Amino acid sequence: MASTLSDRLHPYKPYLFLLPALALFAIFSIYPFFLLTATSCLNWDGVFPANPFASLQAYGQQFVGLRNYLEVFTHDPVFWTSFAQAAYITALALTVQNALALLLAIAVNRRLVGAGAYRTIFFIPPILSEIVVGLIWFWIYDGNFGIFNNALTQLGLGAWTRSWLADPKTALTAVAIIHMWKGFGWGFVMFLAGLQTIPEELYEAARVDGANAWYRFRHITLPLLLPVAMVVSILTILGTMQIFALIIATTQGGPGYHTEVPITRIFSSMLGSSRFGYACAQGIIFGLILLTFSLIQMRFPRRST
Amino acid sequence: MMSKGTLSFRFAIVAAALLVVAGCGRSPTAKGPAPLRVWHWMTDREEAFTELARRYRQQTGTAIHFELYAPSDVYVQKVRSAAQTDGLPDIYGVLGETRDIASFINAGHVLPLEAEMGQDNDAWRSSFFPKTLAVNAFVPNNPQGIAPGVYGVPIDAMSIQLIYNKKLLAKLGLNPDSPPSMWKDFLQVGQLAKAHGVLGFVSGWAELWLIDCLATDYAIHLMGMDKVEQTYAGKKAYTDTEWLRVLRLFAELRDSRLPAEGIVTMVNKRAEQLFANEQAVFAFNGTWAVNVYRSMNPALEYGVMMLPKVKDRPMVTWGGAGSSFFINAKSPKAPQAVAFLKWLTSQPQQEYLLQATQNIPANRAAAEALPPPLAAFAEAIDAAVHPRLFAVQEQSAVIEAFDKGIQSILIGEATPEQVAEAVQSVKQRELSRLASQSAYGQHTVR
Repeated sequence: MASTLSDRLHPYKPYLFLLPALALFAIFSIYPFFLLTATSCLNWDGVFPANPFASLQAYGQQFVGLRNYLEVFTHDPVFWTSFAQAAYITALALTVQNALALLLAIAVNRRLVGAGAYRTIFFIPPILSEIVVGLIWFWIYDGNFGIFNNALTQLGLGAWTRSWLADPKTALTAVAIIHMWKGFGWGFVMFLAGLQTIPEELYEAARVDGANAWYRFRHITLPLLLPVAMVVSILTILGTMQIFALIIATTQGGPGYHTEVPITRIFSSMLGSSRFGYACAQGIIFGLILLTFSLIQMRFPRRST
Repeated sequence: MMSKGTLSFRFAIVAAALLVVAGCGRSPTAKGPAPLRVWHWMTDREEAFTELARRYRQQTGTAIHFELYAPSDVYVQKVRSAAQTDGLPDIYGVLGETRDIASFINAGHVLPLEAEMGQDNDAWRSSFFPKTLAVNAFVPNNPQGIAPGVYGVPIDAMSIQLIYNKKLLAKLGLNPDSPPSMWKDFLQVGQLAKAHGVLGFVSGWAELWLIDCLATDYAIHLMGMDKVEQTYAGKKAYTDTEWLRVLRLFAELRDSRLPAEGIVTMVNKRAEQLFANEQAVFAFNGTWAVNVYRSMNPALEYGVMMLPKVKDRPMVTWGGAGSSFFINAKSPKAPQAVAFLKWLTSQPQQEYLLQATQNIPANRAAAEALPPPLAAFAEAIDAAVHPRLFAVQEQSAVIEAFDKGIQSILIGEATPEQVAEAVQSVKQRELSRLASQSAYGQHTVR
């Protein structure tokens, strides 16, 4: 019997169901990426209509090849400084912030009194707007009337007072502290979820075998949390390297260039200098570096397992 | 028979589709022609604009729709995105430098207004303060290659000056009616303020442009406009002694302890709060501050003065047009937009805006009876300088290096000489980049 059209199409049906999602992905992710890459080879002021098909001639006039990329590598030390500064905040977030998140998750997982309340409290900072958080901490750190300086003075440590966000020695760390305060709640929730998936029987068996708390943590909790830790680390790296609103709300990249990060530099190239092509080149370089980091990091758990 | 779940699902789909279709259509309450659309960023003027739109509709039958997009950074992005897709409204503002306005003109987004200004013996043109119009105009043989003439319509005028708190000056033992007019005397207020537990000087110097205003004022004061323009053109180095003198002023300012702690990361809103709360003796701020201070502390007693002189030479002030509107050349309603802006900038409407928003009107006749603080700001309009009035504009990267360098001087991590070297090195880099671009036959799109 001849097969019907429906039968013949049957093997392709799954792909048909994927089509809407693929179309959306292509329109909103792949096409903009190619447009971004094309724009990174232009000297474009961001005003002329951006349809390359409608104004090929105009685009031809602006084509600069890889010169924008070359300029980022050879003539833009501030961009690389900003990269190092974002990496410093990221290093603090990866270690201090995530360690704090893990410790708190372990504490809450032990069914403390009021654990539910702690869960809620720890998750408040992440859901606050970065601008709001920035403004709150700007007031706390204020050099003239800030709570932090006031507390130091009350404790007899008046000599330590300073304008924390305007002092080049402390500005970047001060911003990093705000970022960690705001961000630790994400790691906390994810670690807590991970801890709750570890079977209690493993701990019981270890206890029977005489394993102490450290041993149980080292040989049960940590290995089983590794996949979660990897996800938390990748999200921490991506989220922290792309820090922006917090910087704008607290220091605007200052004093000098001390709290500049890659996104503030890209923003400055775009809206400060109206060099959209150059900003796209900076964005692509930045994106590729982040992608490389993520890929390298994703290989770690495989090796560990 | 259809299950209850399937029926609900189909109902939800149909309801969602109807909502989408209804959302795409025009509002059923909208009758008559579509209104003239105006995009702006001025949160403080939103209510006044809405009232003026109501009056205009009453008088002419033409509906005006003011759309506010704030803060200004967001507005800049909105306007640029709209320009890229030819989606600009009938009337809009361009926030930026001469280069940005030139880009909009080159892309065909701005209606030239020279002919309109010249009608009836220059009636419209002569109604404005000349400086407010000049910042919206291009002179013959301008470096951007724009056809000479007026392109924008100023709504108000502004200047940025030194503002002093009269009560605090008296508290420090100084004459509140005669604040220090020379740089040396100004710096001495630093120690006095410290001794009395108040802040000496505040300004939003996290926002680099406010540093640039003050530095440019002093550069012109100390060496004259010509030498400043020569520097921008690459014919005079930032390491020159005259520029070093300008940078040293900031080292002197730092050493005087006059600036508030953390001034380099202080946003202007915070500086305005500190001054309005009578916690600072001096503020470096613009005309808009009058309205801000009035709303924060109506009892605040303050005066406005030109920046203290370093030498016995004329002092200048940063100013010109406060806010300006441009007409979309691609709008089919461009003639109506011109008519509306003529109405908006005529005396009665400008007087209303003055009363409602405390900004200096761009219309000279409306500015004849200004309240005292605004009158003091307005006095300096003739001495106003503005980058859009310069024959040559400096590159953004150099301006940033200069302003960030000043921040470094203020926090004591760099000397004026180091900053001058750093700025000159960025200048050289920019000059060679531009030279290589022209050698390569490239230019920004026209």
